[in-house]
Amino acid sequence: MENWETVQVTTDVLICGGGMSACGAAVEAAYWAKKNGLKVTLVDKATPVRSGAVAMGLSAINEYIGYAAGENTLEDYVRYVRQDLMGISREDLVYNIARHVDSSVHLFEKWGLPIWTDENGKYVREGRWQVMINGESYKVIVAEAALNAMAEAGFEVYERVFIVGPIMDGDRIAGAYGFSTRENKFYVFNAKAVYAGMGGAVHVFRPRSTGEGLGRSWYPPFNSGATTYFTLTAGAEQTCQEIRFIPVRFKDAYGPVGAWFLLFKSRATSAVGGEYMAVRKDELNNWAPYGLAKPIPANLRNYLGMLDTDEGLGPLYMETAEAIQNLAEAYKDDQKAFKKKMKELESEAWEDFLDMTVSQAILWAANNIYPEQSRSEIAACEPYFIGSHSGGSGAWVSGPEDLDTPYKWGYGNMTTVKGLFTAGDGSGASSHKFSSGSHAEGRWAGKNAVKFALENADLPSIGDVEALKEATFAPMKRFEENKGYTTDPNINPNYIRPMQFMFRLQKLMDEYAGGVSSAFKTSIALLERGLELLEMLKEDSEKLGAETAYELERCWENIHRMWQAEVHIRTIIFREETRWPGYYFRADTPKMDEENWKVFANCVYKDGNWEFFKREIHALCD
Amino acid sequence: MPSFVIVEKCDGCKGQDKTACMYICPNDLMLLDKDGSMGYGEMKAFNQDPSMCWECYNCVKICPQQAIDCRGYADFVPMGASVVPLRGSSDIMWTVKFRDGSVKRFKFPIRTTAEGAAEPLGGYDEGSGDINSMELMTEPKSCGQDTLPTI
Repeated sequence: MENWETVQVTTDVLICGGGMSACGAAVEAAYWAKKNGLKVTLVDKATPVRSGAVAMGLSAINEYIGYAAGENTLEDYVRYVRQDLMGISREDLVYNIARHVDSSVHLFEKWGLPIWTDENGKYVREGRWQVMINGESYKVIVAEAALNAMAEAGFEVYERVFIVGPIMDGDRIAGAYGFSTRENKFYVFNAKAVYAGMGGAVHVFRPRSTGEGLGRSWYPPFNSGATTYFTLTAGAEQTCQEIRFIPVRFKDAYGPVGAWFLLFKSRATSAVGGEYMAVRKDELNNWAPYGLAKPIPANLRNYLGMLDTDEGLGPLYMETAEAIQNLAEAYKDDQKAFKKKMKELESEAWEDFLDMTVSQAILWAANNIYPEQSRSEIAACEPYFIGSHSGGSGAWVSGPEDLDTPYKWGYGNMTTVKGLFTAGDGSGASSHKFSSGSHAEGRWAGKNAVKFALENADLPSIGDVEALKEATFAPMKRFEENKGYTTDPNINPNYIRPMQFMFRLQKLMDEYAGGVSSAFKTSIALLERGLELLEMLKEDSEKLGAETAYELERCWENIHRMWQAEVHIRTIIFREETRWPGYYFRADTPKMDEENWKVFANCVYKDGNWEFFKREIHALCD
Repeated sequence: MPSFVIVEKCDGCKGQDKTACMYICPNDLMLLDKDGSMGYGEMKAFNQDPSMCWECYNCVKICPQQAIDCRGYADFVPMGASVVPLRGSSDIMWTVKFRDGSVKRFKFPIRTTAEGAAEPLGGYDEGSGDINSMELMTEPKSCGQDTLPTI
């Protein structure tokens, strides 16, 4: 530890993270800070050029309203999100993101993102809300604008600095601390306002692939729960931490299915040929009114497929060959046009994978799958925490001043902790923002963080950071002091290395909190037993050992995951019903209870105590 | 492996202060064995934790020597296929080789502007510049209309 130099950085607005929302926060905060004589600093554990959930690229932008052209209204979007999340959404936040998202998409296009357009120059829609892009370099382009804005203003960007946690000054955020994964430097950032944009969480639950393919999660393995850890341990109120997200994707490589469902109108069937959405239609009555309205919520679509799987009717298939055959029907009298159309479709289908999930292209090629000839397996992934998609987990943040909402306290997207802001996967109950909405929401939060720093000009105190430094490097010290005891440094009774620690977390979450191997089912008894095991894991987190800075990074990522796991289990326990059966099914409370549970399930962790409570849903429109 | 480094082609990005793959990997997986003491060969890069690899291909795309490739995850992908990108400044070419030997090639655009040219305001006029307003830096113009909606 004595080898780790302490570096203190003082700034006005600190942006932690480098993904879509953080890049939005940076481009916007840089603008407002420069104008007002303030300073912004960004810190990322990777490089923003390729960090976060969009690191690989994307083949579509999933939120574009098109309200100026009259394609949709903002209220349409609010209703869509409400319906998909079974009534649980912060409509003020969803509305606010929607009114800014088109602006972000238009900026992406100006920055250089190729968005598909039709012969009239209009964006090509994949579904009602999605637009198609050539998105291999989506993140590169969005980061470039953010980094250019930072550089033009003379602001600093720290890459390869891992943020461990928040620093508090009473009830106000004072900064963050962490370490470089490249140099022996311990970083202390002191700021007037802090933006936490470090993504959602993967690898809290055991993935389907546990060998070399462990890293092939749908959402990236480097999103490790840092935002929830940061806001939760700072004392910020949390919401919807029970609403995990489980996507149904092409099995194992988790390639996108959106193009197949929306663009190619493909059906999903069981092995015996039934289309579960049709065969099990009556089940939707049990989840009224959401089950009976369109579009059918993602979790209910999952659920009907899971019922097939539970009955042994798997594998489930995406009927790609049939879909292409149906499209071909339209060209049956014109072979030349058909060939041209097929070539176009083939290219679109493969680009869908190559832009965002190259592994799926490898998997199809390795299995000799030609989608026009054979169908392909789909399956439900393991659970993830991703408030930007069809999950809902995140911090409870302040709504915009101009909207009629009971939930606003002055600064847009500020958490309940003074000066601490978040967006994207960090803010809860505002699902379906995806990449574009995360960027737009990040911009909004970035602007408000500057406003906070302007109006709260005193620099909070970071106090004595020596204890934080000692805790940060404790796993390295522990390893060093004990490694000589055994011949094999992997097996030592005095410490646990981070990979095995992660496996322990994943096993208990999988088996007790409704993961893949438990068919997404749990119960109060299982959850309480899981919590007992988690408590012991928490105690043992004081025994983590790390040989290198790389392993130290993994130690802290897993501590972050562990807290994400705890707040998840506790919130599922608090909500005594099953509302999203295709995300998790609580067997002891198997039904939805609109009367008692059409509310937000919120919590606060303070001074070692958990407090859970309900907050009312407030409708912004019909 | 999933991403793996071809011994013959990797030169450890000699002459640069860091290797391209170490710079770009979002999960901090690539390492350089400078003096060969780690057992991977002198000035050779390697993936230090393959089971944490997302196969995002960023190391493959950025490698100036085209020394990095991916091999499908050994625990569920049959052997023999490969997917190889060649990324330029405005488009990307993919070669997909199937297990049965057939090959498909695709080319897609990746950006419409010169590398590095993304101008933060995107050519839009600044908005009101009022920090207390609901509008972001380029709004309402970048929304496509003259006012920011509210209810």
